[in-house]
Amino acid sequence: MTTPLVLEMLRANLPAEGLITDPKAIKPFESDGLTAFSAMPWVVCLPDRESQVAAVLRICREHSIPVVTRGAGTGLSGGALPVAKGVLLVLSRLNKIKRIDAQQLTAVVEPGVRNLAVSEAAASVGLFYAPDPSSQIACSIGGNVAENAGGVHCLKYGLTVHNVLGVRGYLMTGEPVAIGGEAFDVPGADLLAVVHGSEGQMVVITEVTLRLRQIPRSKLVMMAAFAVVSNAADAVADVISAGIIPAGMEMMDKLAISAAEDFVGAGYPKDADAILLIELDGDVDEVQANRTAVERVLFAASADSVVVAESETEQARLWLGRKAAFPAVGRIAPDYYCMDGTIPRKAVAGVLQRIGELSQRYGLQVANVFHAGDGNLHPLILYDANVDGELDKAEAFGNDILAACVEAGGSVTGEHGVGIEKLDAMCGQFGRIELEQFARLRAAFDPDGLLNPGKAIPTLTRCSEVGGMHVHAGELPFRHLPRF
Amino acid sequence: MRTQLPEAFLATSQGQRANEILRACVHCGFCNATCPTYQVLGDERDGPRGRIYLMKEMFESGEPNLIASDHLDRCLTCRACETTCPSGVDYGELLEIGRATLEPKLQRSLMERMKRFFMLRLLPHPHRLARITAPVRWLRPLLPRRLRPLLPIASGKSVASSADDSTSVILLQGCVQRQLTPATNERLLNICQRLGLRAGFVADEGCCGGLALHLAEETHAQERMAATASALNEALPDDGVIVSSASGCGVTVKDYGRLLAGTVAAEDGARVAEATLDVAEFLLPYADQLTASQPQLRLAVQTPCTLQHGQKLPDVVTQILEAVGYELVSVSDPHLCCGSAGVYSVLQPKISSELAERKLAALNSEQPDVIVSANVGCQTHLAGRSKTPVKHWLELIE
Ligand SMILES: Cc1cc2nc3c(=O)[nH]c(=O)nc-3n(C[C@H](O)[C@H](O)[C@H](O)COP(=O)(O)OP(=O)(O)OC[C@H]3O[C@@H](n4cnc5c(N)ncnc54)[C@H](O)[C@@H]3O)c2cc1C
Ligand code: SF4
Ligand code: SF4
Repeated sequence: MTTPLVLEMLRANLPAEGLITDPKAIKPFESDGLTAFSAMPWVVCLPDRESQVAAVLRICREHSIPVVTRGAGTGLSGGALPVAKGVLLVLSRLNKIKRIDAQQLTAVVEPGVRNLAVSEAAASVGLFYAPDPSSQIACSIGGNVAENAGGVHCLKYGLTVHNVLGVRGYLMTGEPVAIGGEAFDVPGADLLAVVHGSEGQMVVITEVTLRLRQIPRSKLVMMAAFAVVSNAADAVADVISAGIIPAGMEMMDKLAISAAEDFVGAGYPKDADAILLIELDGDVDEVQANRTAVERVLFAASADSVVVAESETEQARLWLGRKAAFPAVGRIAPDYYCMDGTIPRKAVAGVLQRIGELSQRYGLQVANVFHAGDGNLHPLILYDANVDGELDKAEAFGNDILAACVEAGGSVTGEHGVGIEKLDAMCGQFGRIELEQFARLRAAFDPDGLLNPGKAIPTLTRCSEVGGMHVHAGELPFRHLPRF
Repeated sequence: MRTQLPEAFLATSQGQRANEILRACVHCGFCNATCPTYQVLGDERDGPRGRIYLMKEMFESGEPNLIASDHLDRCLTCRACETTCPSGVDYGELLEIGRATLEPKLQRSLMERMKRFFMLRLLPHPHRLARITAPVRWLRPLLPRRLRPLLPIASGKSVASSADDSTSVILLQGCVQRQLTPATNERLLNICQRLGLRAGFVADEGCCGGLALHLAEETHAQERMAATASALNEALPDDGVIVSSASGCGVTVKDYGRLLAGTVAAEDGARVAEATLDVAEFLLPYADQLTASQPQLRLAVQTPCTLQHGQKLPDVVTQILEAVGYELVSVSDPHLCCGSAGVYSVLQPKISSELAERKLAALNSEQPDVIVSANVGCQTHLAGRSKTPVKHWLELIE
């Protein structure tokens, strides 16, 4: 590779201060939201236009340089972790909302637009964008698509994939691709679903057409406090069984309550063992009817108290604490390791108990925060990275939690993606045939495997090492398939 | 976050504090979302999370880092990141330590040094400032926009009524405020008199040290802070209060307890800090005795960063204005800095102008009659480029 020449070509295609080469200046890009991993890329590119993205890809492809795309860098699985000798392509400057169409109920945005900025902009025409990851204040729409992000409101309104109508972007070759569009259905295979959750390995997304919704006419948020965690967990299942789909239903345990309360002062009961936050929305009558029904279910499940927030400010405050819960835990311990498993709703109480036991065994505290309605668990393992060996302990603990999720009939990732962090767990969840299909699908977009290499899909070699897959006489099956 | 600061640095109180603050950061990136410079520049290194990381690197390596210096220079010290941070990271304090570590080791350009010198020796000295600016006040409209804020809007006559033994409310005049926007102090004194409060100014009040702090001129800042703390302490009776009507000064004086800790002025500093209130905070209990002087006006409120993020008082001004019956228009992104930020507008004119334009667009979106601020710096910065008049909110209260 003729490095100086490639540098020159990159520089010629990027704006001023758009190419960062000094290692000291690159340092702040070495991790995303998961600081347990860090790696230095060769250079960082900060394009401010789509055409520059295409140019960077073309140049890198020509010289076989791997490219990792980064949005806001809030990912929790190391998806935007740079690769050594590779380019880190940061899209934070592509942050314009191109248009909001109040008739079509759509928004067309660049990938670096913050999730929350869409709803803020759409509010003036009475619309909002439903998927709201807790990181919505900061995370980018491009990153949301790449991770198929979920959030509080996904229980009723679906994940990112259910709220995106079209994606435009570039293949590793620099060729443009457009998938989907403004219409609700398009002919051919549903490639939109494929791109969602592709973790930057198929397409570099440069434009997304989002589906907006009418802001509901009426809305309220209820907070129920429980003295026993498993009662709260049962209440979640009971609400759904009663035929009610709340706009959001979230649970926090004691430690999480305390940290979040210290940040927002929302009035969370610090003496409760768990709280449920439930949002109901719709027409006025519907909301009131559901409120009565939900209150009945909650008290039947031994809720100690139920508080209802009717004013917008009060509602916002109740949600703010929940959405800030992960980083708020930083008040209790210097580091946390956020797990992301899904389990069937009925298994919540059992899995929580298992986590409690593991916590005792490993001697590390856990704060539990989760999208209770859809069984997406986020145990936050608290540790201190400055103490030797604690990170390893936290990781081992985390793997045990994920194993417990899979055992209970769930999955190792709910919404944070696999990235670099859950590669081993993937070996446990999927067999050889499935993993090879994943690899083939990816290769259809990027045959050379230059986009975000080494993430999301474990190599079979890796799986054989972690013991999740059987290898006969040192030979891996399907030797003709690329192993990365 | 994991840190590996050198033992020698950890042995200092600054090093200890830096370590504590760094470790509180969990690298979630929430703060980038509300950082004005990150919004304008879209570069991780120009957001709080990146700056924190650059400082961590600098402390860990023990070497001054010119790259860090560029990005720290671009920080407005608006502290919006602190308001946003769920993990309670004291970014402002870390920045102070970072800047203090860097500044002595930097070789700034001649131009840069001249600007800094000028700012430090002129702005905080009312008499010098007056001598230079008053005769050329009429030049204001002719000056390039970014220099306009440096000339007074009205001529400064010093307000009489010095504090004496019977004074229980000490009004901070603010070294820049008394010169550039004297109407604020006049109005405040009138209001206090009308409320029957025994209020007065301290004659030898100098600069509170805020400007020097902003410029990481540590020695100069310590001198100014100690002198002001001592003057105010002397004038302050038991149960008296000190009232600041420029939130940029208030934020510094309120922090004297911490800033002067461990120095000879520690006791004065702590007592003075304890007694200091922003004027809105001070007047709120009297709201029912106050009236709107021009109730027909629709106002757009610009809440200075030093009030909302620094003093953590985001709503006091709007509460008073609403209580006296003003109609307030809604303003988007109220948390964002206007780009004034002490001497920032002179040192980083490009980013500063961009932020001022954005702020004015947000303030003017519903066609208010007047824009009101609570800090002289923001007021003059915005007035220099606004068609809508910009005033201190006190000017609209009786
Ligand atoms: C405190 C906290 C709370 C969180 N809560 C939630 C939650 O409730 N729900 C949830 O789903 N997630 C949550 N997350 C995780 C994270 O915010 C999401 O995964 C988010 O979608 C990542 O967006 P980003 O812009 O930060 O992407 P990055 O972290 O920058 O990148 C993530 C992945 O997307 C790829 N990528 C980014 N942009 C593009 C693009 N334009 N084209 C192609 N690939 C791209 C990257 O290569 C990488 O693989 C949380 C994170 C934090 C720190
Ligand atoms: S103080 Fe203001 S400009 Fe500086 S990092 Fe924080 S939010 Fe950004
Ligand atoms: S919001 Fe706080 S914890 Fe999160 S990155 Fe910023 S300073 Fe660190």
